[in-house]
Amino acid sequence: MNITEILFWLLTAVALGGALLVVTSKNPVYSVLALIATFFALSGHYILLNAQFLAVVNLIVYAGAIMVLFLFVIMLMNLNTETEPQKNKWLKLAGTIAGGCFLLVLVAALREADSKSTMALVGEGDTGLIQNLGKALFNEYVIPFEISSVLFLSAMVGAVVLGKK
Amino acid sequence: MPINLYIFLALALFSIGVIGVLTRRNAIIIFMCIELMLNAVNLLLVAFSKMHLADSMAAGAAPTLTNGIDAQLFVFFIMVVAAAEVTVGLAIIVMMYRNIHSVDVNFLNRLKN
Repeated sequence: MNITEILFWLLTAVALGGALLVVTSKNPVYSVLALIATFFALSGHYILLNAQFLAVVNLIVYAGAIMVLFLFVIMLMNLNTETEPQKNKWLKLAGTIAGGCFLLVLVAALREADSKSTMALVGEGDTGLIQNLGKALFNEYVIPFEISSVLFLSAMVGAVVLGKK
Repeated sequence: MPINLYIFLALALFSIGVIGVLTRRNAIIIFMCIELMLNAVNLLLVAFSKMHLADSMAAGAAPTLTNGIDAQLFVFFIMVVAAAEVTVGLAIIVMMYRNIHSVDVNFLNRLKN
């Protein structure tokens, strides 16, 4: 096993463990912290795939901004283990079985799928660098970029309107 | 790394998100599971972008070419939309908490009252 494979399996273990902890933990604050760990692991995956720009954006936007917003809301509402609503155990079991069947069907369908190439290139290619992404973003994708700024403005106005009621 | 491993990792993360949505009653946790599903899709898009690049490099193209850049820009736009979604969603959850003093989604099973 070379260093790339070791890092891949380590990051995979952290991502899956964090994701399971998000679903299973009783205290919402622990869920948020586990989700932050998952996002860090996914950023590590992006760096392994040589997509540095997305790795940094993932850290800043998701782990930095969005999860802090979640944490603030949870602390504002003072949610903890006692106030946590619980489904009854049969519904939980049914949900888990349904999700497991979903995973089983998708894995069985995609296990033998034909793809153009069987390997994802790790650590090579300049696609994920900010120079190339910026050129493509401001040439071919400039209209979606501007529209997304309008989306942000409307989301901001919407959040303020909803919050002021 | 083989592309299959990335596919299975993304599927596992997505399924954990689905299980979370189905088994939890806290609106904020359900929202976080939706974020988890979005991130699984992002990881798969980045892996496929690199697969596309590997394919064109195997065909003998120059190593600095920018095949697969669309997928990474899609990921960027997914992150933008997710950020906008989170602001509005959390505002709605805060408003719901002010009205019924709980984040339990079972209290919202009817539209009136």
